[in-house]
Amino acid sequence: MNQDIYVIVEHLRGQVAEISYLMLAGARELAKSSGGSVVAVLLGHNAQGLAGNLAADKVLSLEHPALAEFTSDAYQKALAGLIGKDQPRAVIFGSTSIGTDIASTLSVRLGLPLVSSCRTFSPDGKFVSQICGGKIMAEGVLPSPTALVTMVPGGYKPEQGQSAQSPAVTQADVPALESLRVTLAGYIDPEAGDVDIAKEPVLVSVGRGIQNQDNIVLAEELAAALGGVVSGSRPVIDQGWLATSRLVGKSGKHVKPKIYLALGISGAPEHAEAITDSDAIIAINTDPAAPIFNIAKYGAEMDIFELIEVLTAQVKAAKGG
Amino acid sequence: MNIIILAKLVPDLVEELTIDPSGVALDTAWLRLIINEFDDHAIEQGILLKERGGGHVTVVVPDVEGVDDVLFTAAAKGADRLIKITGDFAGGVNNHALARAFAAVVKELQPDLVLTGVQANNDVDGSVGPLLAGCLEMPYVGYISGITLNDGKSKARKEYPGGLIAEIEVALPAVMGIQAAEQPPRYVAVSKVRQMMKTSAIEERAAPGLDSSGGPAIDRMFQAEAGQRATMLTGNADEVATKLVGIFKELGVL
Repeated sequence: MNQDIYVIVEHLRGQVAEISYLMLAGARELAKSSGGSVVAVLLGHNAQGLAGNLAADKVLSLEHPALAEFTSDAYQKALAGLIGKDQPRAVIFGSTSIGTDIASTLSVRLGLPLVSSCRTFSPDGKFVSQICGGKIMAEGVLPSPTALVTMVPGGYKPEQGQSAQSPAVTQADVPALESLRVTLAGYIDPEAGDVDIAKEPVLVSVGRGIQNQDNIVLAEELAAALGGVVSGSRPVIDQGWLATSRLVGKSGKHVKPKIYLALGISGAPEHAEAITDSDAIIAINTDPAAPIFNIAKYGAEMDIFELIEVLTAQVKAAKGG
Repeated sequence: MNIIILAKLVPDLVEELTIDPSGVALDTAWLRLIINEFDDHAIEQGILLKERGGGHVTVVVPDVEGVDDVLFTAAAKGADRLIKITGDFAGGVNNHALARAFAAVVKELQPDLVLTGVQANNDVDGSVGPLLAGCLEMPYVGYISGITLNDGKSKARKEYPGGLIAEIEVALPAVMGIQAAEQPPRYVAVSKVRQMMKTSAIEERAAPGLDSSGGPAIDRMFQAEAGQRATMLTGNADEVATKLVGIFKELGVL
């Protein structure tokens, strides 16, 4: 058993994912209470180059051809051996398509407690997790002796998990990775959309509050008047009201426009994490408790259908003048 | 193809959420429960697979208020078998306990494929799908938005950020966490659900004690505090629009 905080570094096609740096920042906070080191765990094949700017005290490298790209079966088998042997104070995974595939399974397999959707740690060893679409926070003491944690963005900045100095890399044992039941057949790149919403200066973004496809045109008229385009949150894309290339959120695009006008978007964490780099978020929503108001610069508690056409007319008039 | 879909009910986030006097849980007195929207997508995906390639779809849900509606609605959409797990679920149980309760039923049903929502809004100890996969030692893949079944093999479309998709081959039996079905969950008329109430049967299975070990203890629950609450614009639509035009000018887009 040791008091170190392990961070499972996430990477995809040769790029370290931003969540990895946030996890390292959280781990540093947690290490203050445990007295241990921050250890970045890097699974991959010829992936040591990815260790360069990780703000860790050391890197444990698990090298194997089957770990070149993420698959749940290979990662889980490799990590079960490592965590079972080292028994660190905590192991942090991303609350992502990678981390959530393996953290829960390892919790059952190793008989270790799991805390999910953790946003911050305090120096006295407590966690704060967010639930109910970011409306409610749950706080507790990190379970002992070894806790597994999945972490969401929002509590730390990526720079806090980056370092100019490369940490020392140590090789760790990898078990035989045979008879794998989950294998990667290949990647499909997103289709090039009509526009790249990540590059647009103004986004008029619609959520569930837009109610039906016929109403999208109202947002399009407003966006056109403002010199921007329409984007949307997950429910709108899942309904087929907007193309997938217009999806803003965890599995869509991260955007950073001058203005992000959120119409009828509640601001669930999966959406919020993708818009926080916007210069100004402006939110219109009927629910005063919508989490979007906690990250917006300006807000109005009102029905979007009362406002949208009036606003379009005023924007057009302002341009005409 | 024997397909099992696991669903649970979660707080409706449209309603106001309050913390109960203990300070460590949501106040359930006024809590409205609805099907976890990702589980709704899992039901749709399961029925699409059956329609495409044949098979048998069983939907399993823990017994809380509203469970019968969820099950009969699933039947109206095309589910063949409905199972309610009975036990002390009313006060809320964590996902470790729920996954163990599901595992006992799933084991009995010997599925080829188990589908469930990739996450739920009240998860504090991981999600049901991978926990169940751990209990049953089945492979798990999550964030799935499409599945192809061929000759007893499966290929799933797994979502990554930025719209990237990984095509993953998964040996069956397996558990998959659904992010989105290949088409939006279908609408069924209330009359059809009512008809199912008369013609479909809900089977019951008793959960053999609920073991919540593996989840964290919560010492305090509280409403999210605003880091920087938005400056709220007030007035009627005309007045708010005028203020917004002023802001657009200030920010240099007009």
